[in-house]
Amino acid sequence: MARVLLSGDLGRRFADGEAEIEVKGDSVRHVIAALEDLYPGIAEVLSDGRMAVAIDGTIHQDGLYEPVPADAEVIFMPAIGGG
Amino acid sequence: MAKQHVNTTINGDPVEFLCEPDQTVLDVLRDVLGLTGSKEGCGTGDCGACSVIVDGRLSCGCLMLGAEAEGREITTVEGIAEGDKLHPVQQRILEEGALQCAFCTPGFVVAAKALIDQNPDPTETEARYWLAGNLCRCTGYDKIIRAVMNAAADVRGEAA
Amino acid sequence: MTYEDGKLKVVGTRPIRPDGVDKVTGRANFGADHSMPGMLWGRILRSPHAHARITGIDVSKAEALPGVKAVVTGADMAESSGSADAGESAINLRDLSRNVLAHDKVLYDGHAIAAIAATSDKIAREALKLIDVGYEVLPHVMDVDEAMKPDAPLLHDDMFTEGIEPTPETSSNIAKKMVIGFGDVDDGFAKADVIIERTLKTAPVHQGYIEPHACVATISEDGQAVVWCSSQGQFVIRDLCSQLLGMEAADVRVIPAEIGGGFGGKTTVYLEPVALMLSQKSSRPVKMTMTRGEVFRATGPTSASSMDVKIGATRDGRITAASAEFRFQAGAFPGSPVGAACMASFAPYDLENVSITGYDVVTNGPKVAAYRAPGAPQGAYAVETVVDELAEALNMDPVDFRALNGAREGTKAPYGATFKVVGNLECLEATKDHPHYKSNLGPDQGRGVASGFWFNIGGQSAATVAINPDGTVSVVEGNPDIGGSRASMAMMAAEVFGVAVEKVRPMIADTASIAHNDVTGGSRVTFATGMAVVQASEDAVEQLKKRAAKMWDVEVEDVVWQDGAAHTATKDAPLTLADIAAQAGRTGGPITGNASINARGAGPAFTTHICDVEVDRETGAVEILRYTAIQDAGKAIHPSFVEGQMQGGVAQGVGWALNEEYIYSTDGNMENPGFLDYRMPVASDLPMIDTVVIEVPNPSHPFGVRGVGEAPIVPPLAAVANAVYDAVGVRMTELPISPPRLLAAIDAYKAAAE
Repeated sequence: MARVLLSGDLGRRFADGEAEIEVKGDSVRHVIAALEDLYPGIAEVLSDGRMAVAIDGTIHQDGLYEPVPADAEVIFMPAIGGG
Repeated sequence: MAKQHVNTTINGDPVEFLCEPDQTVLDVLRDVLGLTGSKEGCGTGDCGACSVIVDGRLSCGCLMLGAEAEGREITTVEGIAEGDKLHPVQQRILEEGALQCAFCTPGFVVAAKALIDQNPDPTETEARYWLAGNLCRCTGYDKIIRAVMNAAADVRGEAA
Repeated sequence: MTYEDGKLKVVGTRPIRPDGVDKVTGRANFGADHSMPGMLWGRILRSPHAHARITGIDVSKAEALPGVKAVVTGADMAESSGSADAGESAINLRDLSRNVLAHDKVLYDGHAIAAIAATSDKIAREALKLIDVGYEVLPHVMDVDEAMKPDAPLLHDDMFTEGIEPTPETSSNIAKKMVIGFGDVDDGFAKADVIIERTLKTAPVHQGYIEPHACVATISEDGQAVVWCSSQGQFVIRDLCSQLLGMEAADVRVIPAEIGGGFGGKTTVYLEPVALMLSQKSSRPVKMTMTRGEVFRATGPTSASSMDVKIGATRDGRITAASAEFRFQAGAFPGSPVGAACMASFAPYDLENVSITGYDVVTNGPKVAAYRAPGAPQGAYAVETVVDELAEALNMDPVDFRALNGAREGTKAPYGATFKVVGNLECLEATKDHPHYKSNLGPDQGRGVASGFWFNIGGQSAATVAINPDGTVSVVEGNPDIGGSRASMAMMAAEVFGVAVEKVRPMIADTASIAHNDVTGGSRVTFATGMAVVQASEDAVEQLKKRAAKMWDVEVEDVVWQDGAAHTATKDAPLTLADIAAQAGRTGGPITGNASINARGAGPAFTTHICDVEVDRETGAVEILRYTAIQDAGKAIHPSFVEGQMQGGVAQGVGWALNEEYIYSTDGNMENPGFLDYRMPVASDLPMIDTVVIEVPNPSHPFGVRGVGEAPIVPPLAAVANAVYDAVGVRMTELPISPPRLLAAIDAYKAAAE
């Protein structure tokens, strides 16, 4: 199970403000699919190329296929650009 | 207007060239003579990347017309080392790590050599004001100033 | 992390960089230093108007000028669509093509409209004057808050704010709204004993690299192209050019010149696609350079900002809630770094309730480009100013206040992720203990501190290593060397092989010679490309061990690699790199190592700065008396270059705080597009900049590296502003704190006090 925090825009738009949920998924892709079941429409937002994902604090700028260890914290956030 | 025919001395060698009347010494060095060590950072004499020494005086190559080089002695960054022996300014910049992108480095090498030629024992403040005409965006000047002060000591023959 | 401190022989030392001699003798070739036989000179015609519809372009007279070989306009550029992945973030190709050459509208003073290639630079510039452009001048808007008003002049009819539900029906200049955060800020503020709320603003500032953009491009009749240019990433240049021009990537070979500074501003294309188009039309190579004026007017500065920050704390100093609204100006096309500002600005704090709103707003200025920790300096200026005020209101030492609320391992960052091991508290402790912090100040002198954070990124890197027949090592990587990274790559490889660093020669390959590498930027090269170089070296070491086993006729498990040689128990003499390489042909062929990665686990950097200033009450001039930058670098591979990054970021931050800004006329034209009036710090403006490199290793990197390049520019804006407040009691909430502004503020403060 992955621990997902939906906050900010995502929380406002899909979860009535904020939600901490546990979903099944051993990769980011599967986590997104599981979230789509709970919040229809969220998959499109999370799969956007401008979203990054932090798994247990490690940020992946394009992490769609990243494995998600058991009980990992998964946070979706805007991708950042460096300079 | 016809091209200007100019005879000059560059890094100790006699040089003869043709240039447009509105080409600067910097244009001539880079585009006519292939000496691309001197850089254009602004074209208006504000950044010092084109620093050259003309008749012993530190100058901006972009502020001098090519035709004005007639009969003068010009030293560019390509003429600072002596054969395969780097000038202490060059050596110290390397040792102190006083370069990052190194685009400003040729200008600083020339300007620092001119400083030490004129003032063999500059204070930090004197060095900073002399070099205020050379812009660097990468280093914050700290290591460059240290390198120049150490190089001056080298030239004086002292341990830094 | 695999390589233990204490046993390192090369990493952590300060060798002369391998490309150094070429750089101090003028031999190194930058973007404008290259020429090709038969080359033409290209120049660009630029809009004199901040906002106008193009009613027509007549190039006939220009084309007829003897010596002119090609003319191109936006009409020659295919209508691009979709997004390109430029390695760091998705780039809107349609916007990019319109920025490279305007289509139906010009959106800023300096916007490129047409380009000429001619047999001399002089003729090219003459020909520009012969191009007739019809303009319908439109009202313009420069200020971000003005641009957000419903009656503001509209830049794009088809811009409907993203991130608002439901999607608005009328177009506006607000490209995007975003919200991040967690907890309940209303509840948090209700619990606070002290709340400080401020509005702060910054102006557009340019990266200020001393080398203007430059390239030489050539396309053969069969469509194969070569581009020589300086950039922060030859692969991005290749991919953007090929996508903008409808070419295949393999047909565009981009050769990286040395780069004279980038800071994020050279991670995109301006001249390169135009040079290619001109070359295609003329069938000759085309050289293009920008003047300094063009660099300022038409290449991305970073966003101006208008920011509201509110922080509340209890009397014992604990922050209970923090909120902010950041309004960032993107220039002519969307894409300001407001997102990073939202995510990074409160990152140094351990918060329970935080909410940050960000707006990306277009205005009639050049399209902004990345500038060193994009978005973070602006946001930190706002947050660290309010933190300073809060600490004062609570009668607490500003460093103690930050430490009490400091982010640490286990803190939830504002974007929701939990920090692993980070060095924020270590930096604050080192600040408190530093002699600078304990030293005394005189009249009209003041001290400011500020914290900063930057994510640092990993990304894609590929590296190969070849063992030469004499046992020397060639390392091939794909990242332009902007600050000494060649040296760091050689050092890391030398450490793995156990040889002297002079035996390892690094080389930066072009796009045809190595696989994709993400840009030199985002503080990623020592981390990600370093990781690839280490892995490639380790791969080569495995090959070397196998060859040694073969030569000795032993099992490879019985071979160990140490100090540049293979050793085995049953033989007295080791086999050196040279010994094994000499037999390479016999033992299986050339010995190489390879690595190709998307580097994971980039370690974020925290930093704290101390700044002392003296204010001249007569002129409003601010002198920086002393500056100390303390930053967690994870592991300094080459300490001189780490220190250099810190010092350089500080200098840029000081310039941003005190002098730099884009000044516009009422017509929307930039009035100071030159180094005289766009006033960057010179050597006499700064003291020595002391650095303290903290090393809290990043476990994901073999040597513990965290990126260092960007974090140093984050704190100085607030550190300087807080120091000015400490000196003269005036809180400057608008940058730059230029002498006339500070003088006016001091006079107002005096008048109010009387």
